[in-house]
Amino acid sequence: MFVYYLDLAFRSLRRNTMLTALMVLAIAVGIGASMTTLTVTHLLSGDPLPGRSQHIFYPQVDPDPKRTDDKEPYDKLDYQSAVDLWSAHRADRQAIVVDSRLKLSDPASGAPPIMAMMLSTTADFFPMFDVPFQYGAGWSAQDDASRARVAVISADLNQKLFAGANSVGRTLRLRNSDVRIVGVLKPWRPSPQFYMVAGGRFANGDTADYYSKTEDVITPFFTGLDINDGSFWQFTCWSLPARTGHLQDAPCVWLGLWVQLDNAAKVAGYRRFVADYAAQQKSLGRFTHAGNARMRSLMEWLDFNGVVPSDVRLQTWLSFAFLTICLFNTVGLLLAKFLRRSGEIGVRRALGASRAAVFAQCMVESAVIGLIGGLFGLLLTLLGLWLVRQQPVAYADLARLDVPMFLLTFALAVGTSVLAGVLPALRACRVAPAWQLKTL
Amino acid sequence: MEILPILSTLRRHKITAFLVIIEIALTCAIVCNAVFIINQRLDRMNMPSGVDEHRLVHIGLADIGVTKDQKARTAEDIAALRQIPGVAEVASLNQVPFGNSSSNGGIKLDPKQNLSTLNATMYSGENLVRGLGLQLVAGRELQPDDYMDSDVVMRAVHERDTKSIPHVIMITENMAQRLWPGQQALGKQIYLSDIPLTVVGVVKELVRPSIWDDSAKSYSMILPMREAQGEYMIRTKTPQDRDRVLAAALTKLKEINPHRVVLKKHTFDDMRHDFFQNDRAMAGLLVGVCVALLVVTALGIVGLGSFWVAQRRRQIGVRRALGATRSNILRYFQTENFLLATIGIALGMVLAYGINLLLMVHYELPRLPAIYFPVGALLLWVIGQLAVLGPAMRAAAVPPVVATRSV
Repeated sequence: MFVYYLDLAFRSLRRNTMLTALMVLAIAVGIGASMTTLTVTHLLSGDPLPGRSQHIFYPQVDPDPKRTDDKEPYDKLDYQSAVDLWSAHRADRQAIVVDSRLKLSDPASGAPPIMAMMLSTTADFFPMFDVPFQYGAGWSAQDDASRARVAVISADLNQKLFAGANSVGRTLRLRNSDVRIVGVLKPWRPSPQFYMVAGGRFANGDTADYYSKTEDVITPFFTGLDINDGSFWQFTCWSLPARTGHLQDAPCVWLGLWVQLDNAAKVAGYRRFVADYAAQQKSLGRFTHAGNARMRSLMEWLDFNGVVPSDVRLQTWLSFAFLTICLFNTVGLLLAKFLRRSGEIGVRRALGASRAAVFAQCMVESAVIGLIGGLFGLLLTLLGLWLVRQQPVAYADLARLDVPMFLLTFALAVGTSVLAGVLPALRACRVAPAWQLKTL
Repeated sequence: MEILPILSTLRRHKITAFLVIIEIALTCAIVCNAVFIINQRLDRMNMPSGVDEHRLVHIGLADIGVTKDQKARTAEDIAALRQIPGVAEVASLNQVPFGNSSSNGGIKLDPKQNLSTLNATMYSGENLVRGLGLQLVAGRELQPDDYMDSDVVMRAVHERDTKSIPHVIMITENMAQRLWPGQQALGKQIYLSDIPLTVVGVVKELVRPSIWDDSAKSYSMILPMREAQGEYMIRTKTPQDRDRVLAAALTKLKEINPHRVVLKKHTFDDMRHDFFQNDRAMAGLLVGVCVALLVVTALGIVGLGSFWVAQRRRQIGVRRALGATRSNILRYFQTENFLLATIGIALGMVLAYGINLLLMVHYELPRLPAIYFPVGALLLWVIGQLAVLGPAMRAAAVPPVVATRSV
């Protein structure tokens, strides 16, 4: 029966090509617009560390003597607080993060230097964030302490400098220092670049830069401070630093600290530890207040920073409103189409077709329209995502259709058109057989 | 005229009439708000900068820390850049308008204040007023003996050595208005952290390098400090000189020191273009959506109109046979569409206002100006009339003889 309805549907679609084309077009445009924005939103609002994010936390204390307990602490830590909390080793894993810009070259090739971003962090960074390696591995805690001149480089940089070959053991010149490459990452593109997210409250919804690519070169934290001294940026300072870019002894916040806590008891314990640390620093006179210590989980931190850019959220709303209009449009056109066939339906009813059968046939026809609309909608989605990729935003290269979104495109298209078909189909199956026959 | 018969006909096609109304209402609501957002973005893109935009080029060099040698190198660079034909002024400065990265400070009116009155950006560098082409509205420019080296100042601030800290400052008119509404700013004192500075000059406008709050976009101040950070702003004699000067300047800088990395090299017009790229992309997208929406709505009206006409062929034929002219029929369908559109527009206005309230809460958008309502209504009426014209003409073409068939 279904095959017969399908055949009828195709016949009927061919009979009035103009009306059919309008419906398919409306659904395709609606689906194209909403799937494009939905894909972007989906990519930007996902969990950057699925399966691990619930164990990752971001502690904060407030070292600024001029602020009070009723304020949110700064989004980053000062040097002493970060190093104190890190070296206490009270979490399962812990990593300090800071990035800076520096001149980078391959001394062997003699090619002109490039400006690159360097992430300086501690050994736990790699296992804590499950960073994938192509060659070699991260460094050890021993390397952190001894300020070893080692580095891990990104797949991108390895491609650029060494054409993708195993470059472990080779030397890289970072500003004026030589470091030995100990590891090369596989392509790694967390979305957002969660470990550097901070200051979202002050970004006014313009948060596209949180989706930047990861840094090209990663060095041990203290090594990085040595190599690139004078080039670090403060998140904010409460009075002027003595030496620009050298922030170890400055009244500035500029470091992020991430900790991994594997169970609820440890989370509670660490929360207490951070509060106790702030209280201790207050009693030592370094802090003037200690009440606004915080510790958010990774996802809470991303939420607090409003990582999805407000333009993207606005576009998503807009495109769904657009899809709604397309839906109403399709309802109207389907109504026109089904009721125009009242005569034919009347004959079928008179020959014994049940209302359910007429209804089913109308729904099959709606679904077929949805499917064709979905097909064109998919093309439009691909076009839309291509357009997004042409935009000069940090997340441009992420805008690609994945399998779930591909399937959702068709589900949404068929769902929309079936929904649109319900009312017209109900009207169509109420056609009275006798009345129609009379006028034939 | 024929409104009553039209209404009674519509009553028998409640669902289809309702669909047209809803479609028009939603379109009206969304298009009004979208056009409003587009205008907001366009306004933002035209934000005044206060600098002589069409005559400026910017060059940013990398890897220059503050060293003693660097001061000499900067002086050498500036002297060389001045030699280039077509160059009017050269400034070495700490940051550039629309540059996306900024150095800012909290300003107090009283050193005992706990919180800053406002946050402003700190420009410094020699010869900034002329180098950027700023317009002085009160007081004087910074003089050579006001100036100090920025690294010396940094050290002095840390060691609380008040002799080596600047004591004068220039601010923008906007910032002066915000600090002392309705008063003369010249001679007044402000505190940067706890450093006292006297306002000696006011410039008309100078936009910040990065803008996170549009209402504070022109809170800028100019400090008398010499900078050697490798940021150069070159003002050319005429706009036509820009490209040639930029190329010549790069060659010259490479000649002086071939090992430097050039991070930025562009005209100020390009900097403005890049700075507002997101606004431009959003505005473009919204224009696309508006056009698509209007087209979809118009096509919907065409589709339903055609259906109605086809359904009422006999009725039309009877009317024609009873003496109705073609233009009577045409006007019937046009009036019908006008009625539906009017109801849709009325609903759409209420909806547009509601959406605007939501946007005001979530996206800090201002209130929708009243002018959008009549303009939006007019637009939809016109589109409705154009869309229904085709089906209505076909209806008018129905010959009276149809009435005699198949009865």
